[in-house]
Amino acid sequence: MSNLVEVRNLKIQATTDAGRLVEIIKGVSLDIADGEIVALIGESGSGKTTLALSLMGHARPGCRIAAGEINVNGKDMAALSEKERAKLRGTDIAYVPQSAAASFNPASTIMEQVIEVTRIHRLMPPEQARKRAVELFRALSLPDPDNIGARYPHQVSGGQLQRLAAAMALIGDPKLVIFDEPTTALDVTTQIDVLKAFKSVMRAGGIAGVYVSHDLAVVAQIADRILVLKGGEVQETGTTAQILSAAQHPYTQELLAAFEPKPRQAQADADAATKPLLSIEGLTAGYGPAKPDGLPLVRAVDSVSLVVEKGRNLGVIGESGCGKSTLARAIAGIHPAAVGEIVFDGKELEPAAGKRSRDQLREMQIVFQYADTALNPAKPVEDIIARPLAFYHGLDKRARSKRVDELLDMVRLPKALRYRHPSELSGGQKQRVNFARALAANPKLIICDEITSALDTVVASAVIELLKELQRELELSYIFISHDLSVVEAICDQIMVMYNGERVEQITPDKVKAPSHPYSKLLFSSVPKLDPTWLDGLVRDPELVSQYGHR
Amino acid sequence: MTSGVLNLVLKRLAIALVTLLIVLFAVFFATSMLPGDTASILLGQAATPEAVAGLREAMHLNDPAILRFLRWLLGLLHGDLGTSYANEMPVAALIGGRFVNTMKLAGITTLISVPLALTLGITAAMLRGSLYDRIVTVLSIGVISVPEFMVATLSVLLFAVYLKWLPALSSVNEAHSLTDLVRIYAMPVITLTFVISAQMIRMTRAAVIETLSTPYVEMALLKGASRGRMVLRHALPNALGPIVNAVALSLSYLVGGVIIVETIFNYPGIAKLMVDAVATRDLPLIQSCAMIFCLGYLFLITAADIVAIMSNPRLR
Repeated sequence: MSNLVEVRNLKIQATTDAGRLVEIIKGVSLDIADGEIVALIGESGSGKTTLALSLMGHARPGCRIAAGEINVNGKDMAALSEKERAKLRGTDIAYVPQSAAASFNPASTIMEQVIEVTRIHRLMPPEQARKRAVELFRALSLPDPDNIGARYPHQVSGGQLQRLAAAMALIGDPKLVIFDEPTTALDVTTQIDVLKAFKSVMRAGGIAGVYVSHDLAVVAQIADRILVLKGGEVQETGTTAQILSAAQHPYTQELLAAFEPKPRQAQADADAATKPLLSIEGLTAGYGPAKPDGLPLVRAVDSVSLVVEKGRNLGVIGESGCGKSTLARAIAGIHPAAVGEIVFDGKELEPAAGKRSRDQLREMQIVFQYADTALNPAKPVEDIIARPLAFYHGLDKRARSKRVDELLDMVRLPKALRYRHPSELSGGQKQRVNFARALAANPKLIICDEITSALDTVVASAVIELLKELQRELELSYIFISHDLSVVEAICDQIMVMYNGERVEQITPDKVKAPSHPYSKLLFSSVPKLDPTWLDGLVRDPELVSQYGHR
Repeated sequence: MTSGVLNLVLKRLAIALVTLLIVLFAVFFATSMLPGDTASILLGQAATPEAVAGLREAMHLNDPAILRFLRWLLGLLHGDLGTSYANEMPVAALIGGRFVNTMKLAGITTLISVPLALTLGITAAMLRGSLYDRIVTVLSIGVISVPEFMVATLSVLLFAVYLKWLPALSSVNEAHSLTDLVRIYAMPVITLTFVISAQMIRMTRAAVIETLSTPYVEMALLKGASRGRMVLRHALPNALGPIVNAVALSLSYLVGGVIIVETIFNYPGIAKLMVDAVATRDLPLIQSCAMIFCLGYLFLITAADIVAIMSNPRLR
C-alpha cells in the first residue's frame, strides 16, 4: 500500500429523529500520502467532520459506517472491532477538536489530560511523558511551558487550549493528525499564532494531517491538497494552488466568490447633508457592583462615543471580549449603561429599556448572533414574526397574517415556511426569520450582533446581500457588530475599531488598507488571505503583538 | 483557594441557621393553630373547667404565643429543650433514645442503598439502551410509583405472615444477637431502600448520561480510552455535583419522612414520637423534633453543596 490513508467508497448512514435512515457520506474515496496535509472543506452539514472522524473508526451516536474501506496505515478501521480501534486511537491517529475549551475535562489538570494517551496505551512512564509534554508545549510556543500543565483548563486562554489540544494529540507520536476546525473559535490575531505553531510542528515531524475547515483562506495556509465536500460527496479535489486559481466545480467557485464580497458602493455623496439618527456620548457600561463614583467594577465598555447617520451603517469590529456586544446591549437598553448619553432621533433615551416608550423600543431593534437561541423553539415561524406585529402595531389576526407573508417575502423566504418550527429550518433560514422579526417592528435602526458569524461563507454573503437590498427599500440604518473584517467592509460606511472596551479608531472602508492606530494595523493584517504564501511571508511587529495579542 | 472554600462554607452555615429559625417559627405557630387544647387533652373529658383553667395557668399556656416561643428559644441556648407537656419528662430524655434508633435505621439504610443505587445508576448509564438499562429503569420507576405502605404491608404479609421468617414488629430492645438484629432491621431497611433508591438511581443515571455526551468524553474516546475509563475518570467527576445532591435529598427523607415505616413496623424512632406529640399538642416535643428534622436536612444539603464545590476546580 503506497498511501498512509486510502478510503474507498465510504458510506455513512445516520438515523433521523423520525427513524429514517439517511446517507450522510455517499461513497467518498480519499488518499493521503505520508506527511501530506489534506483539507476537507465545505459548509456545515456537508459531512466533513463525519468523514474526518471515520478515519478513526468513530461515528457519532446515531451514525454508522455502512459500507466501504477506511485503510489507515494498512489497517481497515471499518472492519476492526471497537477494542482494536481503541488501540490505534491516540497512537496511530490523533484528533484535535473544534472547541478545545469544551474538549478538556474541567475537573482534571491539563498535564494529566495531555499525557493520558501515554497512560492508556502504556507508551512510557509518566515522568518521561511529562518531559515530552513540556517539550511539545515549548515547540508549540506556549507561554511558561514548564508550569502550564499544572493548571486547570479554565485557567488558560482559548488560543492556548487549542495548542494544548495539539500537544495532547502529538504526544503519542501519531502518523496522522485530524484537525477539526481548530481555529474557528479563535480571534484572528490568536489564530495566526496557532496556525504557525501547528504548521511548524507538523512539518518538523513529517506528520500527515487532515484539516477540516470552512475557511478557504485558513486552509490555503496549511494544506497541500484540498478536497471540497458538499452533501456528503466529493465535489472537487486538487492541490491548494489548483483549487484557488482554477476551481472547476461551480460550488467551489461559489465558495471562492463568497470569500471576496463586493465592496459597498459609496453612497456618501448621494446626499451630503445627512442627519444623525443615533448619537452616543461617553457611554460606559460593565458588570459587577457599582463603585462609589457610579461606575461598574469591570468596565466592558469605557466612554465610547459614536454617531450613526440616517440611512448609513456603522460597523463595530474587535476581537472577543473587547466589549462590542455589551455596547450593543447598552444601546438597546438590555444592559443599562452606567454613564453616557444616548440620543436617538433627536430625543434622549433612558438607559434601561424598561423605561423607554414603546415607540422608542419599536424604532430600534436588535438581532442576535444565534438564531437558534433567539427563536422560541416551541412556536411556528408565523407566531414568532406575528408577535411584534401584535405588540407594537396592534394588528388583528387577518392583518397580521398578511403582514407575515409580506415580511417572509422581504427576507426572501417562501411563504410555506410560516408553518414550520425553527428546528425545521436551516441556519441561514433561521437567521432570516430572526431578521424578519426585527423588521416586523418597522424600525429605523437595527443592531446586528454578529448575525453572520454562525453561518457558512456562502450563506453569510447571501444574508449580507439581503441586508443591503432591504436598506435600499426601507431606508434602514444598521449598527453591524462583527469580528470579521470582510463582512463589515462589505456593508458599512464607517468602521469603528474597539479594543479593551474603548474606541480605538474610526475609519471608512476604503482606508482599511492603511489604518493609523497600531491595534487596527495588527488586527487588519491578521485577516488571512487566500494567498498560500501569506502566513509564511507575514511579518508582524513583535512589539505590537506583545502589546495587543492575547496569548 | 482554601479561604474561598471556608468563606463559602461559613456563608452556607449562616444561611442554614436563618433557615432553621424560620422553620422553628413556622412550626411553632402552625402547632399553636391546631384545634384542641393541651390542658383539656391532658385532663381528659371528665375534667372540670376550673381544673383545666388551673392547668393552663400553671403551664403558662395563657401567655402570648410569641412569649412562649422566645422562652423556648432562650432555653435552647442553654441546651435545654424544655419539658414535655404530656408526661413532665425533659424533652431531651424523651428524644435521646429515639434519636439513636432513627439514626441506626437511617445509617444501615444509607450503607445499603447508596452504594446499590450508585452502582445501578452508573452501570445503567454505561450500558444505556441495553436490556439491563431498561430493566433498571422500569424497576426504579415501578418502585417510585408504589407507595411505601404498600411495600411495607406486602413485605409483612410475605415474610412475617406466610413465610414466618421475620418478626412483623421491630422491637429493638429485644435484640440480643446479630441474627436478631438482622431479623429486626431487615424489613424496615428493605422498605426504606426501595423508597429512596429509585430517586438516586434515576438521578445518577441522568447525570452520568449527560456528561457522557460532552465533547471531553468524546475526546477521551478518541484518545483510545476504554468505556470504564471514560465513565470513571471523565464523566463521573463532573457528574458528582448533581449526584451528591440527589443522594442528600433522598437521605434527608430518612430523618423526617419515615413515619409510615416506623408506624407499620412499630419501630421506636423519632418520627413516630413527633406524631404522638402532635396528638397530645405537646409543643416543646414537636418543636424539638422539627428542629432535629430541619437540622438533619440542612446538614445533608450543606454537605452535598460542599462536596459539589470541592469536586469542581472552577469553584475551588
